[in-house]
Amino acid sequence: MEFFRSVSIDWLGKKWYFLGFSLIFSVAGLISMGLHWSQIGSPVPLGVDFRGGTEVQVQFKHTPDVAAIRAATIAAGIKDASVVIYDVPSTNQVLISLPEQQNESSLDAGRQQIVDALNAHYEEPAVRNVQVVGPTVGRQLEVQALKATLLSMAGMLVYLWFRFQLIYGVAAVVACFHDTLITVGAFALTGQEISLTVIAAILTLVGYSMNDTIVVFDRIRENLHLSRKETLPDVVNRSINQTLSRTVLTSGLTFLTVLSLYVFGGQVLKGFSFALVIGILIGTYSSIAVAAPMLVAWQQWREGKGGVASLPAAKRPKV
Amino acid sequence: MKKNLKNKILLIVAVLLVFTYGIIGIPSGVSGKALLDAISSRIHLGLDLQGGAHLILQVEVKEAINADTDNVAARVQQDLKGANLAFSQVIKPQPLTRDSAGKYGGKPELIEIDGVSPASNSAVRSLLDSKYANEYDISGGSDTPFTLTMKPLVERALEEKTVEQAIETINDRVNSLGVSEPKVAPYSLGANQILVELPGISDLERVKTIINSTARLEIHAVVGTPYQDEATATAALGGTVPPDVMLAHFSGLGAAGSNDSVYALKRVAVVAGSDFRSADPGTDSNTGQRTVRFTLTNEAGERFYDYTSKNVNTSMAILMGGRVREVANIESAIHDSGEIRGTFSQEEVQDLSKLLRTGALPASLDYLEDRTVGASLGADSINAGVKAAVIGVLVVMAFMLFYYRGSGINADLALFLNLIILLGFMGFSKATLTLPGIAGVILTIGMGVDSNVLIFERIREEIRAGKAAAAAVDQGFAHAWVTIVDTHVTTIVSAAILFLFGSGPVKGFAVTLTFGLAANLFTAVYVSRVIFDAHLNKLKSGEMVSI
Repeated sequence: MEFFRSVSIDWLGKKWYFLGFSLIFSVAGLISMGLHWSQIGSPVPLGVDFRGGTEVQVQFKHTPDVAAIRAATIAAGIKDASVVIYDVPSTNQVLISLPEQQNESSLDAGRQQIVDALNAHYEEPAVRNVQVVGPTVGRQLEVQALKATLLSMAGMLVYLWFRFQLIYGVAAVVACFHDTLITVGAFALTGQEISLTVIAAILTLVGYSMNDTIVVFDRIRENLHLSRKETLPDVVNRSINQTLSRTVLTSGLTFLTVLSLYVFGGQVLKGFSFALVIGILIGTYSSIAVAAPMLVAWQQWREGKGGVASLPAAKRPKV
Repeated sequence: MKKNLKNKILLIVAVLLVFTYGIIGIPSGVSGKALLDAISSRIHLGLDLQGGAHLILQVEVKEAINADTDNVAARVQQDLKGANLAFSQVIKPQPLTRDSAGKYGGKPELIEIDGVSPASNSAVRSLLDSKYANEYDISGGSDTPFTLTMKPLVERALEEKTVEQAIETINDRVNSLGVSEPKVAPYSLGANQILVELPGISDLERVKTIINSTARLEIHAVVGTPYQDEATATAALGGTVPPDVMLAHFSGLGAAGSNDSVYALKRVAVVAGSDFRSADPGTDSNTGQRTVRFTLTNEAGERFYDYTSKNVNTSMAILMGGRVREVANIESAIHDSGEIRGTFSQEEVQDLSKLLRTGALPASLDYLEDRTVGASLGADSINAGVKAAVIGVLVVMAFMLFYYRGSGINADLALFLNLIILLGFMGFSKATLTLPGIAGVILTIGMGVDSNVLIFERIREEIRAGKAAAAAVDQGFAHAWVTIVDTHVTTIVSAAILFLFGSGPVKGFAVTLTFGLAANLFTAVYVSRVIFDAHLNKLKSGEMVSI
């Protein structure tokens, strides 16, 4: 059985639609990030591991009454605690969080106060998860996450430069950046928190998007090597079409596994799998709609300037 | 043309056996439970999967520097006295302070010598140069007081040593908790920070009391009598607390109790934390009071003897965690052992002696972050993660069979072997499986499928181009190989960077992803090829592969 036997879609002819599509989502994400920035001082809602603060996840024997818990915490002298139902209501869980504290010693006090208040009012509240993060650590993590992302992109750029040519690396990295931007934008738009595990997911999607792009680039390189008469746009179109079957299959299957993670992975993996669900869709799209057209645009620009009109073909390594 | 595949098949079977051993070792039986036990003893679960406590501590190294310069100041004083050089005082002009928000101030690295007469200037200078120039920058001398500033390099080395000592001490202490496989290590993200991971522990309070009881036991000389509060004490000392004196509150358990009293103590400790060699709980034979008997190290013992013999009939205070626990009168010279007689509870006596035995923390610790994951949440997470992974794998496998028919078996076998190798790797390398790690496994499956899809699609293309079965398989593999290498290396590069610069969950993810991809190069390309070749061997001439 085969889905795509011989397709001949003119992908490059649709580049303006692609550009429009990418722009709409990027700009929507950016605007949403701007709104968040003006409200909470960061482009996306941050999880407690970045933001700092205290989070206590408690499970009760019976359905918890959020208002009563809030009253209990206030009675215990804890101001501005937020109390929300966690996960699906049937699991009887609530998440109580305190905002970031000025210094580390008052953090711990907050956690103890919450636990004491609950113990005083409820029979056997089971504390399932406690996170107390001081301002220092949150900041360190932010810096580290950013550093890791940029470095991994730089690492891939260098590898592609070495295996293909600089322009291939640049195009692939731009595509990855595009994917990251839109995925983070999706978090901003849906108001979901970015935690450390979400960062892991974003880094994965960078790898994935790169993977997809390389498959197309590899084919372009091979085709350029085989036929020197064809124009670059034709070669690129043909390469995308030839790999289309693989692209759709792989993305589809990976999407299925990630979707199963999103559906069955539970609350803890929600953010992680959400990032991947978005990331895989957008990563597949960007290899065809961002990375490949960039190669062509670059070459056309070089020709327009009267520069060397050679195709950005690299020698395909010996098989 | 038939290929001889015997050796290749042997290699694959060997790899399969080795990594299966990696996962289960040699199980005690063949029952389901025995197998499960065998697996869980080899594959280590992260805190998020088995529950436990995770702490990040800041070692307040400035305190160690402060304590060090305190000692040096005392030594300088002795040296100058010994050389009969006149001076008015050796002080620390800006000793370490800490405000209520926990911010440190002062310049603990400075020592100042006041009132050296101009005549002995050069003698003092040469004494300082000969003894302290290695560790301190020495300045001043003519009109200004001599100032010793600890060299930044020495400061850095001392900080490192302090963190190392703190790690050792914490390690000893958490071992006394009976935690299996605790992890105490430098935390790479910030300076002078320590990461503590205690699987299976969810009672944070208990952990913190054990780790943090600064039980920095020190013995200080008492200046004057106890005062009612700090203000009275300051007034009695002439309006300001002299730089070589510090104030400490009394907090003997159950003692005068609510009556808080303040003692003025000499800043430099006579005996400090690392001077204690051993400590044991005991009871006083006369009064029946609980006591802690301690022994000092040889060097500290001599110092203590020297001090007590010269200061008979003065008081010394035993300071614990910055509070005075007992004040004792020196009745006679004490050598290297003694008894603390304060009013202790039974637990306190036991804790105290345990803590003294494991060594004192060289500086106090602050908690930057703590997380506890309840065991039940861990179990829920692992169930959800495994369920998602299993469903994902099954769906993918079913699809491959459906879409590629005969060759789908090939892909599914490769996928299965990939999982075995990945888990076996984890068993051998003692890597920890975390929740993001499970996600890494799922992504490895995705990449594994991708490799197979790349190869199969290519083979189909070659068949469409009119090639015979063997040639099509050959060309398909050859062409796809280049792409597979490129995609895998790029992903491994980014996973390696994650491993180097990431921490915690990110690291666990990078580890499984890297292992998985490496395994995939073997299974999706090598193993899959061997299966194809075996299949081709059986094909009659002109027959096509099922793809």
